[in-house]
Amino acid sequence: MTQIIKGNTGDWELVIGLEIHAQVNSNSKLFSGSSVKFGGEPNSQVSLVDAAMPGMLPVINEFCVEQAVRTGLGINAAINLRSVFDRKNYFYADLPQGYQISQYSDPIVGEGLVVVDMPDGAQREVGIERIHLEQDAGKSIHDQSPEHSYIDLNRSGIALMEIVTKPDLRSSEEAGEFMKKLRSIVRYLGTCDGDMEKGNMRCDANVSVRKKGSSELGTRCEIKNLNSIRNIQLAINYEADRQVDVIEAGGTIDQETRLFDTTTGETRTMRSKEDAHDYRYFPDPDLLPLEITQEFVDNIKANLPELPDQKKAKYIDEMGLSPYDAGVLVSEKAVAQYFEEVVKGNDPKMTANWVTAELFGRLNKASKSIDESPVSAKQLSGLLSLIKDNTISGKIAKQVFDIMFESGKDADVIVEEQGLKQVTDTGAIEKIVDEVLAANPDKIAEYKSGKDKLFGFFVGQVMKQSQGKANPQVVNQLLKDKLK
Amino acid sequence: MTKLTDLSVTAALIGLENKEFSAVDLAKETLKEIENKKDLNAFSVDTSDFAIKQAAQSDKKRADGKAGVIEGIPVGVKDLFCTKGFSSTACSKILNGFTPTYESTVTTNLFAAGGIMIGKTNMDEFAMGSGNLNSSNGIVKNPWTRKDDNKVLVPGGSSGGSSAAIAARLCQGALGTDTGGSIRQPASFTGITGIKPTYGRCSRYGMIAFASSLDQAGVFARSSKDCALLLEAIAGYDKKDSTSINKPVDNYISMITGDVKGKKIGIPKEYQSDKMQGEVNDYWQKAAKFFEELGAETIEISLPNTKYALPVYYIIAPAEASSNLARYDGVRYGHRAELPSGASLDDMYELTRSEGFGDEVKRRIMIGTYVLSAGYYDAYYKKAQKVRTLIANDFKQAFSKVDFVLTPTAPTSAFAVDEKMDPVTMYLNDVFTVPASLAGLPAMSLPVGLDKQNMPLGMQLIAPAFEEGKLLNAAFALEQAIGFNHKPGEVQ
Repeated sequence: MTQIIKGNTGDWELVIGLEIHAQVNSNSKLFSGSSVKFGGEPNSQVSLVDAAMPGMLPVINEFCVEQAVRTGLGINAAINLRSVFDRKNYFYADLPQGYQISQYSDPIVGEGLVVVDMPDGAQREVGIERIHLEQDAGKSIHDQSPEHSYIDLNRSGIALMEIVTKPDLRSSEEAGEFMKKLRSIVRYLGTCDGDMEKGNMRCDANVSVRKKGSSELGTRCEIKNLNSIRNIQLAINYEADRQVDVIEAGGTIDQETRLFDTTTGETRTMRSKEDAHDYRYFPDPDLLPLEITQEFVDNIKANLPELPDQKKAKYIDEMGLSPYDAGVLVSEKAVAQYFEEVVKGNDPKMTANWVTAELFGRLNKASKSIDESPVSAKQLSGLLSLIKDNTISGKIAKQVFDIMFESGKDADVIVEEQGLKQVTDTGAIEKIVDEVLAANPDKIAEYKSGKDKLFGFFVGQVMKQSQGKANPQVVNQLLKDKLK
Repeated sequence: MTKLTDLSVTAALIGLENKEFSAVDLAKETLKEIENKKDLNAFSVDTSDFAIKQAAQSDKKRADGKAGVIEGIPVGVKDLFCTKGFSSTACSKILNGFTPTYESTVTTNLFAAGGIMIGKTNMDEFAMGSGNLNSSNGIVKNPWTRKDDNKVLVPGGSSGGSSAAIAARLCQGALGTDTGGSIRQPASFTGITGIKPTYGRCSRYGMIAFASSLDQAGVFARSSKDCALLLEAIAGYDKKDSTSINKPVDNYISMITGDVKGKKIGIPKEYQSDKMQGEVNDYWQKAAKFFEELGAETIEISLPNTKYALPVYYIIAPAEASSNLARYDGVRYGHRAELPSGASLDDMYELTRSEGFGDEVKRRIMIGTYVLSAGYYDAYYKKAQKVRTLIANDFKQAFSKVDFVLTPTAPTSAFAVDEKMDPVTMYLNDVFTVPASLAGLPAMSLPVGLDKQNMPLGMQLIAPAFEEGKLLNAAFALEQAIGFNHKPGEVQ
């Protein structure tokens, strides 16, 4: 759905393209064996190569190449069997080599496609231009001292995948949904943790505006280093409005790089085209061109995990779940895995309901993620089996579930301990029904004279006297028969 | 009684094996000789204590029957190699105070083979120069002097220190590096033998980078056989260098028979130049004749793109250098300028690099930056890489017809230290050596005679990739035939 900005001179639409830097999930860096663990003591994960000591040379980490190919396959992209590493030259204190090893004209992954499900049910196809591998830079810390800046090189040399979309996005909402989908895909693939807060997925947004219906592209501005989906959307919205204001006031948009200020909610100039770096890209002479075989690619393809779109289709087609429920269940790989574990031997719709409503409800309240759930998939499955074989009713099950969530105990243990087994013995229930009816002759009379609602009263009384354990269906049947 | 330091590598190994003297004896003599001739300024870092320790260990190793291929031989190590615990500055102020905590692969191999690091040798800063005039440690004197004047002459560059040390018989072997001729040209200027192997034959790990696609480690000695032993010691595949080639190192010494019968020697017509000193051409023809007398055949060949080699080199090498030298920024090691308060990061870069780099280095960084810059990349760098392929193809074509190519090494004999030469004229020193560098081929220089001023002249032999053994054999054959046995300082 296109976002429209109502300007003074008419309606404007947005054109958005995103460049995402996704940290490759690996044990070591792209060209050195240093650890990539987050949160280490400053400069404790820096090899001689990472620090660009004299005479040091890069050596490719093949696993990172695999991860890039895996990601490319996960977005249905073309894999380039031959790609080249180029040096991107510029000076900054957190860039020890004075250049970043990246890929410029021959990236490892070519064009691909991501399908995004919008909340209103519509589907948007977002084209991917390319993915390439590159080194991350270190971190500069400017706020520790008035006289000095500190440099932490732990991050220097970590492998990044730069994923570039085509300018296919038309609203900040689409951009947000795209990011969520992309994050979901890379987490499914295990190629990136997608944790924007930890900085292992960052986004630059290219934004331009044009009159609604126009097919020409306006001048774009790049907003760098957006570190949350919310900020991506806020930045896009602000920038689009700003551009419309400038143009309508008679000005022109300067192609420039801008930063988003999270406190003011505004974008501001970082550097203009004149100050733009000339990166003097050239193929890195310390590295040979990267040549991978079709066999290498096919191997990775054969071992790809099932991706969200595939799972969603399966849930809808084979399990009869609604697109909404299916969508919720596939959004996180951990959730889908949990669901698939529970659904074995249980009714899919019932399972879906228990996971999305009962489990999620309690998890959200306790601020826990699915990985931190006190109730394991096996345990929830156990609970659902007890409902299925009529050991307990659905209502009792919710009670049991609360206790499971608090104690971590299995369902059958709790049912035993609490004596919650559902009573299905018709004889025993009939005895209670007869007792209730005998105790309430006036109510029976009222019911028989037309107060239908009192049926619920009788049901309630029977359930109360049986401590909720009476099988509701049996109770209903018996009351119906006796109150005829 | 021959001075120990006058012995060749081969003779010294025999002496050591026969217990005529120990490695410690040899090292001590060598250090004495180095001290005697310290006015040459061939050495820039003192490693004498370490050398004696290594020599003692070497004697023990030999006694245990575990002698390496150059066990106990004192070797000068060009200061471009990072040597653990010893100053490694590439003779540049910008690396003042830098002592690596790591060892280059080449020196690791050298030590494993029994080589003794007798000292680190002087060089042109960052290997950029043809006369060792650009060193932060001062100039190196060529041990040779002209007949008619007493001018101080250059030993050549950039491996001037290593070259002078061998020529002055300060040590038996020396390591050098060659990017556009930095082993071959000094070998020619100082009357000794020097070899640059195939690109990828020796590891570049720990070798301070100048031009990544051209740099190669190599060796100096006073004979082809000595070079064979030294080269075998340092060569080999290294997975820490992605451009290192995984091919086994041949036992070069066993391939030196002196037999070149039936071999075809190519004489490239494009190397004829009127800018050559007269005697250079004479010796070139003489060398060709010697080969014929040895049973080889000389054939005129054409390397049509030769004339582009020098400009191509002086685009590609500076371009790579401008990027390789970006890391010398005062942030993590080496020199950092004293900064006024309120200085910015850019100020730190500018002051540090202005103070730390010499003029020639700055010149090449600027050229390199220019040829890679937006708007010029296609016309210069990209074009140069294309022409480089043509130059390499010229050799490929030639080697389908001949086994070796014979050319002069340098257009002249050693020039004077105070000779006013503009930078471009200085670059012309490399005109015969850069083509083999661009093509990544093994090439060596050996002395063939003296000019009218009694200054040595060298000839260059080039072979196909990874044919170092055959190359050393051909050089040996010529060397035997010529019988060059002149020494600097002889009375004529």
